[in-house]
Amino acid sequence: MYKSVSLSILFHSIMIILTALSLPFMTKKPIMAPPVIAVDLIQISEKTQLPFAPKAKEIIEKIKEEKEKRVVTKQAPPKITPKEKPKTVPLPKELKIEKKEEDKKKQNPEEVKELSRQSSEFEKKELFDPNKIAALIDKSKEEIAEVQKKQTLELTQNQDSRVMLDKGLTLSQEDAIKAQIYKCWNIPLGLPYDQNLLVRIRLKLNQDGTIVSSEILDHARMNRPGQGFYKVLAESALRAVKLCNPLRMPTTGYDRWKDLQLNFDAKEMLRG
Amino acid sequence: MKKIIFITVSLFFFLIQQSFAVVKIDITRGNLEPLPIAVSNFYLDNPAQFSPELKKLKLDEKISDVIKNNLTRSGLFNIIDPKSYIQSPKIAHLKPRFEDWALIKSQVMVSGKLLIDSKKRLRVEFRLWDVVAAKEIEGLALFATPESWRRIAHIISDKIYERLTGESGYFDTRIIYVAETGSKEQRVKRLAIMDQDGSNNKYLTLGNELVLTPRFNPTAQIITYMSYFKNLPRVYMLNIETGIQEVVGDFPGMTFAPRFSPDGSKIIMSFAKDGNSDIYSMDIKSRIVEQLTSHPSIDTSPSYSADGKFITFNSDRSGAQQIYVMKSDGSQVKRISFGEGLYGTPVWSPRGDLIAFTKIFKGKFYIGVMRSDGSGERLLTENFYQEAPSWSPNGRVLIFYRETAGGKGGAGASSALWSIDLTGYNEKKINTPTDASDPAWSGLLSK
Repeated sequence: MYKSVSLSILFHSIMIILTALSLPFMTKKPIMAPPVIAVDLIQISEKTQLPFAPKAKEIIEKIKEEKEKRVVTKQAPPKITPKEKPKTVPLPKELKIEKKEEDKKKQNPEEVKELSRQSSEFEKKELFDPNKIAALIDKSKEEIAEVQKKQTLELTQNQDSRVMLDKGLTLSQEDAIKAQIYKCWNIPLGLPYDQNLLVRIRLKLNQDGTIVSSEILDHARMNRPGQGFYKVLAESALRAVKLCNPLRMPTTGYDRWKDLQLNFDAKEMLRG
Repeated sequence: MKKIIFITVSLFFFLIQQSFAVVKIDITRGNLEPLPIAVSNFYLDNPAQFSPELKKLKLDEKISDVIKNNLTRSGLFNIIDPKSYIQSPKIAHLKPRFEDWALIKSQVMVSGKLLIDSKKRLRVEFRLWDVVAAKEIEGLALFATPESWRRIAHIISDKIYERLTGESGYFDTRIIYVAETGSKEQRVKRLAIMDQDGSNNKYLTLGNELVLTPRFNPTAQIITYMSYFKNLPRVYMLNIETGIQEVVGDFPGMTFAPRFSPDGSKIIMSFAKDGNSDIYSMDIKSRIVEQLTSHPSIDTSPSYSADGKFITFNSDRSGAQQIYVMKSDGSQVKRISFGEGLYGTPVWSPRGDLIAFTKIFKGKFYIGVMRSDGSGERLLTENFYQEAPSWSPNGRVLIFYRETAGGKGGAGASSALWSIDLTGYNEKKINTPTDASDPAWSGLLSK
């Protein structure tokens, strides 16, 4: 017992000495350390969730309806039967014929497989949809948003299980909230910009984005002498929050954003 | 047992993590648009108290109009059209329905009423409402003789401005300037004083002699200026209330470009002799004169810093006219302007951080500001001819004068007063009955 312990101590101390000797500060040569670069880790959702214009929503709904009309069943993908393909894939007729001919000529099993995959209901979304040609030509933002929404909507269930693990909002979700508040906040222009101009407001939100309560965290500072400007600033921030009520929040992950802290800082804007 | 410890420890860490899980979002941008404000008309609380003459004056309307005009001119407020107001002035003043005011997109609302008290004084009550937060944020009652209704309106405007921007206002102030009439060859120049919005215009001198560069002292009751009385150009002092006028100092030559120190105890000016001018200060009480610069060049346009510890002036000691800063005892002279062109008429901001100046570059005149160390030069406006900026007491607005080119030999040329924000926006002409030049802004009358 003692032998093994003492051996262990011996080997451990040898290891410690060896490690110590190999440490950088033991070598006399100064090492040019590379400059430290701070990196902020941000979370990025798989698909950017942009806020949607009301018009885009209408388009999304229209396309959804059209899609529903086209889809016969929502069950498992139809079995590999190349002959049934023309019924479900809305490709122009000429194209279909050509492809059929090719298939007959080549008789390549791989090629057949690919064609059969086209008929799968899941893959169809990725395919070129002739109904959306007009939408594609008109490259307005709404349409882009709409395409992304379609994809994100279908991903939500998967996301949810993943999202529970990480905290905070994704960068794009955060930006969407910022963009809303920016519009609502009228910055008082006479503030002394060489002072601390940070107002922290804690919000409690409902699932639909309505504000349950808003509270200024440094409330005591409002009535301190010589800090009259702070009261003006804090009130403007509170007004911004109220004007923005209800906030448009992400549809998922309520647990992550039910408590929000907004740090209003007017310094950058006022110093110009 | 171990299991329990493990569970509590892990639960503890879990809870700690939970408590730090509040999402923090930095809001560093906002809207710099004018704040939408509704000014509900003031009303007579008990019309029977008002004599028919007073009723004729329509003070209720006029006071609201002056407030609206002040707030609009500041460029920081957007007055919502009174036609869209749903509530009557009386109810708005007692118990406003905030939903109605929010409906017309106002964020704040002003209401008020007029009374005549037992001493026959006019009593004006006003309230400032935060429409979004649905609460009153300011309320005041002011008394004065009915004739001073204009000042009451200005003081109310200042209170609103201060409460909503976080800095003191500048509406209860006056402007002194040189009123000019007559042809270019036979120009008559008189000293004139008016409210900052151009009303209550009065002439202080008759125009027998040429007057230039009038400046207020901090109490705004005494002015100093340069006059060619008996063709001797000298600095004078005039008490506006008593009308007493006197020569400043006993100099054997021409004195010009006077200005008060921030505490009003000294006058600083230039004294020219044999083609050389230097800067002198004089203590008003003891009449002790002190020479601050002694350089064989032209040193002029001195202006004290807000704390009185430094002086800025312009000098051509480097070959061209540039701006310099020195200590108030004349030591440690340092050049601060290094841009192309000529720099003149430096004026230190009442806030202390900036110096306003006139710049001449390639035949154009600019009004600009720079920090007191010469950095951060920013030109606010460019024109054919403009100069002599003067700060509003809160250091946010500059007033200056601008001349138009006119025809041959300057015929038909005119000069007028203009104001501009520190931001370079909100350029506005100030209406005067005659041509005007050399404006100077007073401090707040009600400190």
